[in-house]
This record gives sequence, C-alpha cells and structure tokens, in this order.
Amino acid sequence: MRGVISAAGYVPYHRLDRSEIAAFFGSGSGQGRRAVASYDEDTTTMGHAAADLALRSTPVKPVAVWFATSAPAYLEKTNAAAIHAALRLDPAVGALDFGGAIRSGIGALRTALAAGGPTLVVAADRRDGPPTGADEAAAGDGAAALLVGDGSDGPVLAEYLGAASRTVEVTERWRTPGEARSRSWEERLGAHVLGPVGAEALHAALVDSGLGDTAGIDRLAVTGLNSRAVAAAVKAIGAEPSSIVDPLIDTVGNTATAHPALLLCSALEQASPGETVAVVALADGAEAVILRATDELADHRPIAPVSAQMAAGGPVSYGRFLAWRRMVDVEPPNRPPPNRPSSPAAHRRTGWKYGFTGSRDRSSEMVHLPPARVSEKGGAADDMEPESMAHTTGTVRSFTVDRLAYSPSPPTVFAVVDFDGGGRAPLELTDVDAGEVHVGLRVVPTFRRLYTADEIHNYFWKARPARAGEAAGTQAGAAK
Amino acid sequence: MSSRGICNQVAVIGMGCTPFAEHWDLSLDDLIVDAAHAAYHSAGIAQDDIDAFWFGTSQSAASGLALAGPLKIQGRPVTRVENYCATGSEALRQACYAVACGAYDTAMALGAEKVKDGGYQGLNAFPVPTDGTQRTLTAAAMFSLMLPAYADRYGVDPDELRYAAARIASKNHHNGARNPLAQFRREMSAEQICEMPAVAGMLSVFDCAGVADGAAAAIVCRAADAHRWCADPLYVKGLSVVTGTGAGSLDPDYDYTTMPECAQAAADTYAQAGVTDPRSQLALAEVHDCFTPTELVLMEDLGFSARGAGWRDVLDGVFDLDGELPVNTDGGLKSFGHPVGASGLRMLYEVWLQLRGQAPADRRIPDTGRTLGLTHNLGGYPGEIVSFVGIFGTEPSRELTCQR
Repeated sequence: MRGVISAAGYVPYHRLDRSEIAAFFGSGSGQGRRAVASYDEDTTTMGHAAADLALRSTPVKPVAVWFATSAPAYLEKTNAAAIHAALRLDPAVGALDFGGAIRSGIGALRTALAAGGPTLVVAADRRDGPPTGADEAAAGDGAAALLVGDGSDGPVLAEYLGAASRTVEVTERWRTPGEARSRSWEERLGAHVLGPVGAEALHAALVDSGLGDTAGIDRLAVTGLNSRAVAAAVKAIGAEPSSIVDPLIDTVGNTATAHPALLLCSALEQASPGETVAVVALADGAEAVILRATDELADHRPIAPVSAQMAAGGPVSYGRFLAWRRMVDVEPPNRPPPNRPSSPAAHRRTGWKYGFTGSRDRSSEMVHLPPARVSEKGGAADDMEPESMAHTTGTVRSFTVDRLAYSPSPPTVFAVVDFDGGGRAPLELTDVDAGEVHVGLRVVPTFRRLYTADEIHNYFWKARPARAGEAAGTQAGAAK
Repeated sequence: MSSRGICNQVAVIGMGCTPFAEHWDLSLDDLIVDAAHAAYHSAGIAQDDIDAFWFGTSQSAASGLALAGPLKIQGRPVTRVENYCATGSEALRQACYAVACGAYDTAMALGAEKVKDGGYQGLNAFPVPTDGTQRTLTAAAMFSLMLPAYADRYGVDPDELRYAAARIASKNHHNGARNPLAQFRREMSAEQICEMPAVAGMLSVFDCAGVADGAAAAIVCRAADAHRWCADPLYVKGLSVVTGTGAGSLDPDYDYTTMPECAQAAADTYAQAGVTDPRSQLALAEVHDCFTPTELVLMEDLGFSARGAGWRDVLDGVFDLDGELPVNTDGGLKSFGHPVGASGLRMLYEVWLQLRGQAPADRRIPDTGRTLGLTHNLGGYPGEIVSFVGIFGTEPSRELTCQR
C-alpha cells in the first residue's frame, strides 16, 4: 500500500481583511481574509514550515524532498536544498525543485505517489496581483507538505487509489520569467476549456481507482486559479454539494501551486477512516488524484491542524501589506543596509545557520549558540556534541524594540531567549506585535529570511510567540 | 593572574583635544594634526623628541601610516590599535607600557575618528564577511535591554528608573553646556528627555551619546623625567583592560544588570593604584556613558554605589558637578560627543584639566583635596564587553601605596 504517511499545511500568521482594499483605493473587490506571508517569509521558509510539521508527526524519514512553487526564491539554485538543510536531513536525501508552473504542485504529488521510497512533497506559494485586481482579491500565501511512502515505510494515513491527467495547451494563465504579476485571458475561456477536462480527469481517475462513479467520492476538492473553471468543473462532475471541500478562499486565499496539497491536508483532517478524498487541480488541463483514509488516520494527531492555523493569526494593514510586497517603497531607517552573507562562511556553518544547531559541552553540559569549540564553562576543547534548538521552546528573558536598526519592516523587535534545557540566543522576534512582548513570553524558533543583499537571501532563525497548543514543555527549564 | 601595573612609573606631560562636532569642513588628517600639535604645545615638546606613537581609530583608517602621514613622523614606530570604543584608552595603555618597560623615554597616544563622512545616523560597525547570522541591532537597542532587567531585579518602578536615566543625561548636558569643546551645549531637563519619543526600548535619542568627529592626544614619558617637560604632570596609577568572552549572549545566568568586565577591570586598577574606596578617594570619574543605562550600571560596577542603589544615588545628585563624586564633568559621551577612537583620551583630557585646576571655572569640581581621577572606557554591548579603567593622580607617590 502506497499513500500519504504524514500531511501538514502551513498558513502564515498575518491576515489581510480584503475589505481594506476597497477602503484604501475606493475600488476593488474581495471578501473575507487572506493569509499573508510576512516580510521575512518566502516560499522556501513557508515550505520548510509545512515540511517540518509533517516530519515531526512521523518517525519516517524521507529519501527525497521535492519542492514545487511558482514563486521560487532562487532560480538555478535549488530551493529544496535550503529546506533540506533547515530540516537537518542527511546529505544522502535528495532535493529537487519542480519549477515555475502552477501545475507542478499537484504534479510532484502525483509523481511521488507513483514512485518508490518515502518522498517528502512540499508545495508553497506566495501570490500577488496588481492592487484592486481579481488575483489580489482571491490570492493567499501558504504551503503544504505530504510525506508519501509505502506501508513498509510506516503507517499510511491515506491510501493512494488512482489518478489521471488531461493535458491541454491553452494560453489561459501565464507569466514570463522576471515578471512580478501573472496574466490571464478572459475567464470564460478557462471555464470553457478546463471545466470539462476537470470532470474528464476525475472520471478517468475513478476508473483507475476502480471506484466507478462520483458517488464513490466522499470528499472532493477542486482547485485552480480560474474560479469560473473551478465552478464549471464542479458542475460537470455533478458531485454532491456536501462532498465539496471548503476551498479556503475566504480564509486563506488561493495558494496556487500549494493549494491542491493544502486542500488535501485540510480534507484529511476532516475525514474519517474509509472515506475517499479526491483532488482535482485545473491548470493547463487537469490532474486528478484519489485516496482513501485508512484506519491509521483515526490515531493521527496533526501538530498544528490547518483549521487551527486558519483560526489563529493577526491582522496586517493593507498599507503594510503593500510595503511588504514592494508594491510601495517606504522610507527605511537611515542606517546602512546589511552586507550579503559570505557564502563560504555560511557553508561552513550550515548546521547553525539552517539547522539552528549549536553545541553542548559534554563536561559542563553548557549549550553554546552558535556552536563553539572551547567551552565557556570549564574551557574544555573540542568535546562538544551538536544540539539543535529548532524544536525547543524558549522564554523571553529581556527584550527591546529597535526603531533605528535596518530592517525590511521596522521596527525590529528583539529578545534574549533562554531555551528550555539550556542555551541562550539573542534573536529577532517575528509574527508579533511589539505591545504583546513581555519578559516570560514563551517563544518557538522559526526559519526565516532575514534580508536579501546582492540577490543573496540571508536565511536564519528568529523566534515567534508560541501559539495555543504549542507552548509544550514546562517553564521550569527556562526559569533557572 | 598577576597584574602588577606600572604605578608611578609613567607620567602624562601634555595633552590636546579638538572640539568634538560634526566637522563637515575638517578631515581625519586635520583632526589628527590639531590634536597632536595641541599636545606638543601643551608639553612644550617637539615631535622629534617623541620616540614612539600609538594611533587609536576604530574604523576611520588602517595602520600607523594614517598617523605618520599627516604628521610627517620620520623614522619612528607608529602602530594603529583598535579595541572597539575603548580604542583611545588602548592606545594610551600601549604607550604607557612601552615607556614603563624602558623601551622608550617618550611616547604619544592619539585617538581620532571621523564618523560623519559615512552618511548614516549613529555609529556603524565596519562590515566583516560573516555567515549572516549575527544580529544587526543598534547599540542603543542592546544597551536598552538593561533598564527593564534592572527594574525587574531590584523592584524599581520602570517609570522612576526611566526618570533616573534621564537625570543622568540631564546632568551630562548641564556639564557639557559649560564645555566649549563639547558637541551639545544646551541644558536639557530630565522631564524634557522623558518626553522624547523612544527609539530603542525606553531610550530616546537624548539617552544616546552624541555622534561627533574629533581627536585627542596624550604625551607620556618616564615619571622621573616628567619635570623636564611639565611642572604639574599627571602620574599613571593604574591601567586595566578586561575583555569578555561574549558569555552574556550565551549564558542564561547573565541578567543584563551589570557588566562584569567593567567590575573586573575596576578591581584590577584599584589594586594597582591602591584605591580601596573609590567613592571617597576619587576627585572625579569620567565614565563611558554611551547610553544612560550604561552610566547607571557603571556606578555600581565601578563601586561608586551599592548594587541596586545606583539609581537612587543618581536621583540624590551624588554624581553631579557639585556632588560627592562628580562624574562626567565635561559632559561625557552624551554631551561632549563620541568620536569612537578619541573618547578614551578625551576622558583623560578632562582629568588632566580638572586635577590641575585648568577646567573652566563654571565646571570646575570643588576642591576636596582628592588627587585622583578615573577614566572608564568600554566597547561592545552588555554581555560582550571590552572594558578599560585607568587612574591618574597629581602626586608622584603619596600615602596611597601602590600595592604591586
């Protein structure tokens, strides 16, 4: 049996109330809220966040990481390699990018389901559209990760039953390299072309699955950037309205490349053992995938369910959103922008920079962040073992708000964090209101992009407030 | 650890100090020439009679060439030193030790910094290629961590503590207003400072040192030769530098209410100089008030106040110009300005003026019969500090017995 061993979505913390768009410009549409990647998040960091959640809820280790996005942080350089490093995976684990096209997200999943060995499929997207436009009104940011493998690798939560493709060459949604915005033809074209092939692909997948007709589908997720095409496909499929999975448009927004996997995660969180889940993704044709929840799903407890992440979150104003997306340039503090990180220096310290791995002195037990060769306590040399703080909760010991320092989004909120079980690091805080920070605040590390200089993205770890259910661990360790 | 010191072996025989200001019309070379020539004139010494030179600059220039060139120092050893904001004091220390060990009869330490050519606010560290994981906070934000920590540890009301910090800035503005060389010569009340918008934690820009260009220089010789050049020299009683390991950023035991490196440097210097009760024995202290919380905590680290009592002593006026122990009588970094490499020598310049009765009458300290002055100069941030403490006196040897 092959299928999904673990699944996790990642919804960034910030929410834009779409009614602010019309209030700001006097035009534009959109309802509900969308998830907004913070200024320090890109598809790589969001992909890592989802992947980390997926791997933390299973002991199974992947043999490969496949990453799909339409908004890669880098071209030519493999973004999956950064995710791989931040997950602290073994060098023998492969890492590949599936690039550019919206369809690559569902494509990577389908390919993994048909392949061998535990494969971590990660999809993330960060979606923009010109202000007041339809894309802006519907878009959202987010990521999802699915560990796909065989029953011999570990318990399978959802068994892969079958899939089908329909490929259509049509210039209905497109973007040339280097362009910030994507373009689309009149929506009715997509509805006409993609709606029927979505239904065709699902029917072919049903045949592949041996399920017969659509009555065999308990939960159906249909997604694509063309909302008319999605509606047309749903109608052509003729599914029970109650079986349609919430498309999350009004709460998260359409996360494009990530959306099929995100909807699958969301559906699996709702599904009962034995239920079938189908995902149909419309892009340059259609891909359809069908799975069936196993009995193992009943015992699966996601660390941070998509529903819980959707319910959490804090507001971001439309002005700040536009500044974060560089749609308006705001005056920075009058300080020199930081230099690009040194590639050899970063390479030598991959474990620290990407894995947040320090060292623990064997004799004094003191944790050193960053790792050191000589111990601060006792002076023992070269007698340390690696210790990662990536999953360790910490407590704010002191903090400050710096309105003078360079930041892509001033002011900088900064804290001295003491980790449970030992170790201190001065870290920037993120996903936080300066007013909510206090001594004693419980925080968790999060992998972020600090800034970009000379087109090198400087990735490292920050800390963010632990949200409900995350503040595991006692205060005792931090109170010493 | 042995630290024998060089008590009474070396004398300061001449000093010079430029105005500290935004010197848009003066170059680093101009500042160097002005400070050096003022020092030569002060000592009545010719440049050719100085055997060796130490040049302190944090990041305005590299190597001894930057001093030898503008001064046209011919055929002499000229060394550039750097130790963060303690650079000027480090240059002095090297010059004093070189004379004390007998290698040279005379030496000059000159510190200079040109900070206003960079085009940005505040001081900005020279960029060294790194892995990109170092924090990029301003120094103001790093030092702002100390106020909430102090309030928490000693149970002081944060608003009252914030007022005490503003009181320090107000005192230093009061003193700087009476200093013709100072960058800021306007008095500011503590209430005015408290009303300023915060830029880092509780701190406003008026809690921060002035950012200025400037230079200062000291000429030293063997104590036995001092009267060849100077009728009323200052004698070096003790010099100490303690450099931390950065432990405060690693070790959860550090609580941001003290700078242990400063306390260690003070203990070493006091032992060298035979000082046992600095609050009653020192005539004045020039301390590194880069930010108001720094001066507050230093009052305790340097042993002027009991732990947790510094804020109360500040409010009681203990460190005012007419107080029990005047601190930063020239306005300090706050008001005099902080050209990084020059500041340590500027502190000594004030001790030089005050102990020898040359400070302007309106900021002259009361005559208490005390003959010792202290300079404290630091670089870095709470948790990772380079600290210098020096003591200088007018008496070549006196009842205070140097112990080592």
